[in-house]
Amino acid sequence: MMDQFSNRKYVIVILIWLIGFIFSIRLLYLQVIDTTYRLSAESNSRRVEIVYPARGLIYDRNGKLIVHNQPSYDLKIAPFELEPFDSIELCNILNIDIQTLRNAIKRVKENPKERRNPFIKQLSPETFGQLKEKQYKFPGFYFSERTLRKYKNEIAAHLLGYIGEVDSSDIKKDKYYELGDYYGVSGVEKTYEKYLRGEKGRRYKFIDVKGHEQGSYKEGRYDTDAKSGQNITLTIDSELQEYAEFLMKRFEGSLVAIEPLTGEILALVSAPYYNPSLLVGRIRDKNYDMLKKDSLEPLFNNAIMALYPPGSTFKTMNALASMQEEILFPNTIIGCNVGYYARGISMACHIHSTPLNLERAITNSCNAYFATVYKRFIDNPKYENWETAYNHWRNHVLSFGFGNTLGVDLPSEKYGFIPRTTYYDRFYGKHNWSAHTIISNAIGQGEILTTPLQIANLAATIANRGYYITPHVVKEIEGIDTLNRRFLQKHITTIDTSHFKTVINGMDGAINSSESTTTLARLNNIVLCGKTGTAENPHGEDHSVFMAFAPKEDPKIAVSVYVEYGKWGARFAAPIASLVAEMYLNDSIAPNRRWLVHYLQTRELNKN
Amino acid sequence: MRRSINILANTDWFTVIIYLILVTFGWMNIYSVNQFQAVDKWLSTDTRYTMQLIWIIVSLGIAIVIFLIDSRFYSFISYPSYALSLLVLLVVIVVGKEIHGAKSWIIIGPVRLQPSEFAKVATVMAIAKYLSGYNIKPSSLKNIVVTAIIILAPVVLISLQPDFGSTLVFGSLILVLYREGLPPWVLIFLFFMASLFLAWFVFTPLTILIILTIIAFIGFGFINKLPKNILGSIGIFVGFLGIGFLGRKLDLLTMDSYYFFLTVLMASVVTFFIVAVSKKIKGAVIIILFLISFIGYIYSINFLFNTLLQPHQKDRVLVMLGLLSDPYGYEYNVNQSKIAIGSGGFTGRGFLKGPITNLKYVPEQSTDFIFCTIGEEWGFLGSIAFILLFIGLLIRITIIAERQRSRFSRIYGYGVLAVLFFHFAINVGMTLALFPVIGIPLPFLSYGGSSLMSFTILLFILLRLDSTRKAYLV
Repeated sequence: MMDQFSNRKYVIVILIWLIGFIFSIRLLYLQVIDTTYRLSAESNSRRVEIVYPARGLIYDRNGKLIVHNQPSYDLKIAPFELEPFDSIELCNILNIDIQTLRNAIKRVKENPKERRNPFIKQLSPETFGQLKEKQYKFPGFYFSERTLRKYKNEIAAHLLGYIGEVDSSDIKKDKYYELGDYYGVSGVEKTYEKYLRGEKGRRYKFIDVKGHEQGSYKEGRYDTDAKSGQNITLTIDSELQEYAEFLMKRFEGSLVAIEPLTGEILALVSAPYYNPSLLVGRIRDKNYDMLKKDSLEPLFNNAIMALYPPGSTFKTMNALASMQEEILFPNTIIGCNVGYYARGISMACHIHSTPLNLERAITNSCNAYFATVYKRFIDNPKYENWETAYNHWRNHVLSFGFGNTLGVDLPSEKYGFIPRTTYYDRFYGKHNWSAHTIISNAIGQGEILTTPLQIANLAATIANRGYYITPHVVKEIEGIDTLNRRFLQKHITTIDTSHFKTVINGMDGAINSSESTTTLARLNNIVLCGKTGTAENPHGEDHSVFMAFAPKEDPKIAVSVYVEYGKWGARFAAPIASLVAEMYLNDSIAPNRRWLVHYLQTRELNKN
Repeated sequence: MRRSINILANTDWFTVIIYLILVTFGWMNIYSVNQFQAVDKWLSTDTRYTMQLIWIIVSLGIAIVIFLIDSRFYSFISYPSYALSLLVLLVVIVVGKEIHGAKSWIIIGPVRLQPSEFAKVATVMAIAKYLSGYNIKPSSLKNIVVTAIIILAPVVLISLQPDFGSTLVFGSLILVLYREGLPPWVLIFLFFMASLFLAWFVFTPLTILIILTIIAFIGFGFINKLPKNILGSIGIFVGFLGIGFLGRKLDLLTMDSYYFFLTVLMASVVTFFIVAVSKKIKGAVIIILFLISFIGYIYSINFLFNTLLQPHQKDRVLVMLGLLSDPYGYEYNVNQSKIAIGSGGFTGRGFLKGPITNLKYVPEQSTDFIFCTIGEEWGFLGSIAFILLFIGLLIRITIIAERQRSRFSRIYGYGVLAVLFFHFAINVGMTLALFPVIGIPLPFLSYGGSSLMSFTILLFILLRLDSTRKAYLV
């Protein structure tokens, strides 16, 4: 056949061979010469076994162990190493039905995340024991050991926090974590996670195509040991904590006890509380859901996250600020007409002797007295205008740590709220508000919001006569010589020490004088200084508030107690605080006061 | 003219055996990738390996049917099937099912078909029919244009779906035209167009313009060969360049460099054109036309690139040329593919034992990236064996094509070769990170009914034509 272009077939054949040649060279390079791609896939021929470290132990301030560890075993499936096995026997040991097992195997085969995929987490020790003996019968099933938290007295759930599985966002944030790892989700477990978690160890093993181990990789040159977490000593007194929880059992609210001199938190209770063991192991998810759904929000840490108006406890603050500004003097006498009435506003007061000086005004918690003082403060001609006056007052309040986080070493501490002038400007219009508009601040109502921790800190600051140390819960970390400098530094308030005397005497009088309304908080041989308060609650009965410190000279403990729906301070909060202080100082409750426990458990509590 | 012929004795069994090996090998790899898709569900159509087995059986049935039909029939139905495929391509744009952003699928009951796969067969047949016609030569411009229209009609319809990968396959049919005597200047022209297309991504417009100008001068030198004319043309250009710079110095020309150069060039071209026409200088007009048409072409690339390609396809081209960094986008596939192939080593990990394959790190591993599995589980030896086998098939098809007595059969044979060769080169090249990722299957191996059936039809029509090559001179 005539075909002048017949030679072109050779060009085409050469082109085909050329492509084949290029591919062969490329394959030679990828598969034989260059080893980087093989190394990338090496995790498939080199198995890494993670050795999980034991988490650091947690002790209380007296060296008593409160949190330790127990071993736990996860069962994992290696889908490529499975061989036929007696599934009925496995199901019997694990106490699951055959369908669950089938589904799990199907799931890991279809969507394997790694060589060994989690199947059942946190087996009970008995199940583990049974299965370990027969492991040879179930090829492709492996254990991985971890430790779980175990609680000695099952106290301080909010403070200790719990441990959960990391999610993908945590892994992104911190390269240490891998899928399936556990970490502290809340409380001390979260704040001190970096110390408590220790360091994971790694063992590199060679495996054959069937997944059987063939000895260690490069004689274990790259293996690392697991390092246990560092132990932590808390500032908490576990016995006091347990007693405080016992007293708060019936209530909603919180209790915070601080050692004023050091800022160490002795007890921190948020009620209702829960047993920390509920959030450990296989039962965690179920219990977490249950607690999450509980309308009383037991997972919420009231002590640092709940915001209440401080109520009358705040009168001490106002007295101190006014004295510092030389608007109020110990001998300033103001009458009370069972309330404060002026230009369309009225603020009721209860019946007490009148007129009063400052000390007795605190003792009697006179609303009229403090309203008058606050008006004198804000309207004082020595300031340019009342915004300036307000800012002077606000600066004093801020110096006590209000309106900001105190910086406690627990996660999610709330700021509280001390409004700026701009807040009132926005609310009422610029220059369109005055002392009377914000007169509620005088008695701790109005817009002011504080956390129970801040009120305990107020008590501690008064006890210290003018300074506080950031409250904290950790006293010592193993292997670390000094605590965070933050927890050693004095925060000196704007109030001179000399002004505290009158306020403290007033607080002494509130408990121990003949005019006392709070005799339930009176201790036998110790002078406890306290101030009751009532936090207005728009949703029902007012909250009972009390803050105190004792002894009056050389104070060892400062306490704040909030009892929701407790009506007024003297009713519930005061006796609870006094019992906690007494227990801490005397290690026992005097016989003549033991009835109070019964009283607290039975006294009528009406939410509405 | 009819001689009685034993069809089976004249069938090219060598090709049939390679076909069967490839199909079986492909199925094994699909099984390996999807081995854990469903436990104890062999008969379920949920699994890709069961579905592929069904497609293989259907394809073998089609192959037998193809052999039962008289071979002259295929030449006869070339144009009707081509027309039908265009119609179906039109229909799919209207009623097609959109998957992965392309309306490429027609769904009939449980079966999903991709008409663009079958359009390849019909187009190859139509070209064979046209070029085998009386007195048709690929050297005549008119015939080239008609062939181009036959190829471009399905290309336009497929690019409306849009399915960029499939449209490129039709470009491979240039190979057929080359074998049938396409003049070298068309090839040079096409090569130049392609180079310019790539240059457009890499260089600035000014650079390309300067390069084009230099090429024009060199080209003129080759055609004209008279130093007087060449120096004259350069002189005109340099003169205008000098005037331009003077104008720039005096702030009369305040345009940027590209437009400055373009203006100077156009002034020179117009002047030179007048001189060339008046003095009848040889080759000048051709060179000027060349220069102007390619400047126009550069402008149209801009338009084509921005309107024809999907954003992800633009990215792929840009990444391939190293102009765009994309570590987590499509490069991820290519990188995983390289790791999978690289981890195979010399002998591979063994059938069903490729962890990367089994863990499905490589997306689309049953379809476009099936070669990863070969590389990983069968290693260097297996991959080379596969490549040799496929090259064996391609060479065998050239031999078959060359031994045809009828032009229709021979051209059809080269059409089959071009399509299979293109798919093989692009698909394997893509998994080896030599070409941009273009989603086209590896013939006979990739998962998918439409592609397996259409490649089977493509190949077995050739084998049917070949089996009666001694009987007819169609």
